[in-house]
Amino acid sequence: MPVKDYIRERFFPHLWCPGCGHGIVLNALIRAIEKLGLSKNEIAMVSGIGCSSRISGYVDFHTLHTIHGRALAFATGLKLGLPSLNVIVPMGDGDALAIGGNHFIHAARRNIEMTAIIMNNRIYGMTGGQYSPLSGYGTMATTAPFSNIDHDFDVVDLSIAAGATFVARTTTFHVHQLIDILQQAILHEGFSVVEVLSQCPTYFGRKNKMGSAADMMTHYKDQTTPIGSKAKKENPALIERGVFVQKEMPEYCKEYDKIIERAMGRSESTPIS
Amino acid sequence: MEKKILFLQGNEACVEGALYAGLDFFAGYPITPSTEIAEQMSFRLPKIGGKFIQMEDEISSVCAIIGASLAGHKVMTATSGPGFSLMQEALGYAIMTEIPCVIVNVQRGGPSTGLPTSVSQGDVNQARWGTHGDHAIIALTASNHQDVFLMTVEAFNLAETYRTPVILLFDEVVAHMRERLVVPEKDEVSLVHRLRTSVKEGVDYHPYLPREDGRLPMSDFGGVHRYNVTGLFHDMWGFPSSNPGVVQGLLRHLMDKINNNTNRINRFKKYDLDDAEVVLISYGSSARSALHVVQNRRPRGERLGLLELQTLWPFPFDVVRDVCRNARFVLVVEMNMGQALQSVKLAVDEPGKVFLANRIDGSFITPTDIRNVLRVIQGKGV
Ligand SMILES: Cc1ncc(C[n+]2csc(CCOP(=O)(O)OP(=O)(O)O)c2C)c(N)n1
Ligand code: SF4
Ligand SMILES: [Mg+2]
Repeated sequence: MPVKDYIRERFFPHLWCPGCGHGIVLNALIRAIEKLGLSKNEIAMVSGIGCSSRISGYVDFHTLHTIHGRALAFATGLKLGLPSLNVIVPMGDGDALAIGGNHFIHAARRNIEMTAIIMNNRIYGMTGGQYSPLSGYGTMATTAPFSNIDHDFDVVDLSIAAGATFVARTTTFHVHQLIDILQQAILHEGFSVVEVLSQCPTYFGRKNKMGSAADMMTHYKDQTTPIGSKAKKENPALIERGVFVQKEMPEYCKEYDKIIERAMGRSESTPIS
Repeated sequence: MEKKILFLQGNEACVEGALYAGLDFFAGYPITPSTEIAEQMSFRLPKIGGKFIQMEDEISSVCAIIGASLAGHKVMTATSGPGFSLMQEALGYAIMTEIPCVIVNVQRGGPSTGLPTSVSQGDVNQARWGTHGDHAIIALTASNHQDVFLMTVEAFNLAETYRTPVILLFDEVVAHMRERLVVPEKDEVSLVHRLRTSVKEGVDYHPYLPREDGRLPMSDFGGVHRYNVTGLFHDMWGFPSSNPGVVQGLLRHLMDKINNNTNRINRFKKYDLDDAEVVLISYGSSARSALHVVQNRRPRGERLGLLELQTLWPFPFDVVRDVCRNARFVLVVEMNMGQALQSVKLAVDEPGKVFLANRIDGSFITPTDIRNVLRVIQGKGV
């Protein structure tokens, strides 16, 4: 199916700024879904609030645009309610890890099957450039006019510690890798996290003198490296790209099916132990 | 067939009512005095193939039931004051997106952590105005277990009929008290099932275009109609819109679908009101004491009557005005600083004749408490 068949043309033009990385994520996601040959009816996209979260409006799936930070909580109910759905949850860095941080670690811990995509631009884009939990020490933001003293999370480490069974990272520069990772993440039977470094030239770029969108993407090229590469050993400051974790663990909805079997097998008179 | 008779807590009566109504998905977070509802659900739901999930907090609990409702389930969560406060933003989302769900708030003393194990009715106005923005809401309550059961079934019926969240505002006394429940037989109480669209695959489906009767047929996520759901103002397809006509139209629709049906949504009970000189108005467990006073005084020739409210929102202004018209005094009996009192004063022709008998110390309001206030009003001294 051509890419255009996956989008809602009625919804366009989109609201993203020229050069915004979020559109690249949208493009890669559609190509990943197209390659997997999934039917549109079996996909639900659940998002929160932010520039990134607007992605759900543009795709022709079952789409749920919710409230700031809570996308994974809505998605958990939807998925447990209808486990046959492929649930994809694109989130901003603030959406996923500031206001939504608690839901994020608990969804990972449950290992409920869904694909969490964190579109990490290290800033609150939608509200105009305030620092996020991923901005990092020393960055500038409209709420950090004298430089930011908050330290950032490492999304990959956090996800692994919380129990995510698929964890990957790439950037908007590495589109082919992004498509490939998204395919694997969607197929993964468990909670998968894909961190995508996605440029916000309008706020993070401008505040931190990062140049144009193209400059920011070149920066992703220069500052990242495949997991375990020789370059990483020589320069530990480089950010690794690739699939960090991919493991099998009992999936939440399947486990609940077993609970139903157990409960139904029991006689009504069995006391609650 | 013999009727099933149970002896149980109000919280359990609520569970029975919910299951009777067809509940098959529950998400919640423990909090006194509502916890028994979650515990019972975790045991009962998987037995019928339904789902229970304990979420990480009340915010995620209400979000999860909204998600599950879109998957086609009848859904509920249960909490108390602190948790109900956390749910307010998502409650507004369910109002805006018109997703049926039931939220139980077993009231305890507040504000804040307040009195976790004591009774209160302090969340009446929060139920009305807790979430931001203009909106309409349905909130029901009950004073005994038979009515807890029935109002719970009603809550699901109204949620489906009007595509809206419905709040069940119980209180600690009713929730934890044990008494008899006669479980209605199958089909004895009518149920409203989800209205699903008859629009065929490939034909444009409008999730937010009301039919002539005002109802909006739904389509489950995962089905043949793919559409957008958003908490932004939206058009009939669910697409965000800030067009003034669309905005105004949607807001009016959200208000009108409930307010214009106040008479249909209204549930109340009348006791000895026909010739009443003193009209008591009460609800929830307070109404038990109020009824006791009425039944105790009538044989002595005192013309007392009781209006027991079961629908708190939309407030039954017409009914209240009507029953109070010929009363010398109106006494609102509740366990708060006068929350229903405000609405009663708005409803009646002479607000000056409306008084309050209340308790705000975590203790249950007794018939004696009510009689003491009555004596003062009637000029009989304290
Ligand atoms: C409860 C609540 N608090 C605050 C906001 C305001 N708000 C909207 S989006 C946003 C942050 C967006 O940043 P991010 O999640 O990183 O997404 P981005 O726009 O950068 O893609 C905030 C704070 C809100 N909508 N709701
Ligand atoms: S503000 Fe930043 S994140 Fe938002 S659309 Fe513009 S470039 Fe993208
Ligand atoms: Mg951001």
